[in-house]
Amino acid sequence: MRKSKSLTPLFFLLPALILMVPFVIYPVFKTVYLSFFLDDKFVGLENYKNVLLSPDIVNLDRFPTNSPPWGALIHNVVWIAIHLPATVFLGLGIALLLRGKEIKGASVIKSIVFLGMVIPMIVGGLIIRFLFEEGAGVIPAIFKALGIEGLAITWTAYPKTALFAAILGSIWIWTGFSMLMYSAGLASIPKDYYEAALIDGANRFQIFKNVTWPLLKPITIVVVAMTLLWDLKIFDVVYVATGGGPGGASMVLALQMWDYFARALNYNYAAVVAVLLTTLTLIPALWLIRRRE
Amino acid sequence: MNIPKYKLKEFIISNSIAWILGVIWLIPFVGVLMASIRPYREIVGGWWHFSPFTITLKNFVGAFNHPMFPISEGLRNSLIIAIPSTITPLLVAALAAYAFARYSFPVKHYLFAFIVFLMALPQQMTIVPLYFLLRNFHLLNKFQGLILVHSAWGLAWIIFFMRNYFSMLPTDVEEAARIDGASDFKIFYKIVLPMALPGLISAAILQFTWVWSDFFLALVFLQNPEKYVATQRLPLLRGQYFVDWGILTAASIMVMLVPLLVYTLFQKYYISGMIGWSTEK
Repeated sequence: MRKSKSLTPLFFLLPALILMVPFVIYPVFKTVYLSFFLDDKFVGLENYKNVLLSPDIVNLDRFPTNSPPWGALIHNVVWIAIHLPATVFLGLGIALLLRGKEIKGASVIKSIVFLGMVIPMIVGGLIIRFLFEEGAGVIPAIFKALGIEGLAITWTAYPKTALFAAILGSIWIWTGFSMLMYSAGLASIPKDYYEAALIDGANRFQIFKNVTWPLLKPITIVVVAMTLLWDLKIFDVVYVATGGGPGGASMVLALQMWDYFARALNYNYAAVVAVLLTTLTLIPALWLIRRRE
Repeated sequence: MNIPKYKLKEFIISNSIAWILGVIWLIPFVGVLMASIRPYREIVGGWWHFSPFTITLKNFVGAFNHPMFPISEGLRNSLIIAIPSTITPLLVAALAAYAFARYSFPVKHYLFAFIVFLMALPQQMTIVPLYFLLRNFHLLNKFQGLILVHSAWGLAWIIFFMRNYFSMLPTDVEEAARIDGASDFKIFYKIVLPMALPGLISAAILQFTWVWSDFFLALVFLQNPEKYVATQRLPLLRGQYFVDWGILTAASIMVMLVPLLVYTLFQKYYISGMIGWSTEK
């Protein structure tokens, strides 16, 4: 590490600062500023009160007894509650299953599962819509064959199912990430650890619980944090699969922000939702930053 | 292959589970392919009915030359945006990352923590002020405007990624060159950049596919239909009276072909990039 009193590091940093200050950093602070104003008038926390109390964001009259809409914030929370454990454990399970040499074509299966990560999310969302469409789609056809007529419908068209179609579909998209990370993590565990455990007479479950899982902890932290960020920022999938509808039944924060901005032209409310969303992303982000120290 | 008998049962079970999972993950893609190469009437009741089975390229031609939102024009626009939006941040971020990896300077740690924070930042946090900024500078509805935004937005993660990469490189060649009197900048582009080429390729590949796959920023900053990128056109291709899955799936295939091709050709770099930008060495 070179200690330098000269301006050399500044020259290296300068181009990045020139791009980031106007296009990233200034807009962040300006958005915070806008969230406290309404029609150029300072209103303090008034916007926050109005947005947080609006049924668009939290609708406690309907949650949890009635079907959605429950409000964008609750939808994101429901999303995390289902999608986070599902993708983390599915990815881990697939990585464990495909680790050994005994699976024929393991790398092909890995590539297939990872495909969801490679395609644009807007395509992923379109495929979700296709999957859940009555007639043309696989999922309603399966429920029809099982005799469950209530789910043999176009899921994205009904308030009770639209949100869950998007969430279930997004498991298909995102599991490849956790699978990839866990595969890399498993490959980095030295074989001696397992051999030592075997000599000590540990069974498979004990080896997983006492050797594999603790050694994978750094990977789990990254996977959980990245998945939380992904779930909070989810936009494309919902935009194209359900449009946030019907009647806001699958609205999420990122889409609600765009809705205030582009449809309602209420820039101040849009800024409030953006600040809210960013505050929520700070939780996993700070967790990751702290881990660095 | 010789498999002990007592392991045969386990072998069959684990292989079956693995392949059932593989097939489940593949089915949505099979559906897309089926819907794209067959006429609408054959897939509207389910693409898994295989008789009649007519193969046609009509959907691809229809999407490519769509009367309102031709995908051909979208693919061209996406390419025009994605290439400079990859090269610009890569060069700029490599410079900054080198400063973080090799020099100590005031507020370095705070600045780096801020960069990590920006990596997690939702794009929603910037678009309202950016919209007006670009409008004031007459960059709205212009490729240059979106390229600038993409470039600035890509910097945070590429700085993070390249700084980790530079930190892993040995410094003895750099020290030797310094003793020989080479300037800092010369050392950077003559010695460090070539050594960091695999990292640069990984970063370029991921940035390119992410810009190509972007939908949100294009939605905000390109409002003139002629300027729409490929991803932006997809949701607009549904038919007037019914959802035309033939056109939609054919267009989807054309839009995802580019990232799929990049992934296939550069799989090693893609995977190491994926792992490297989210974990740490």
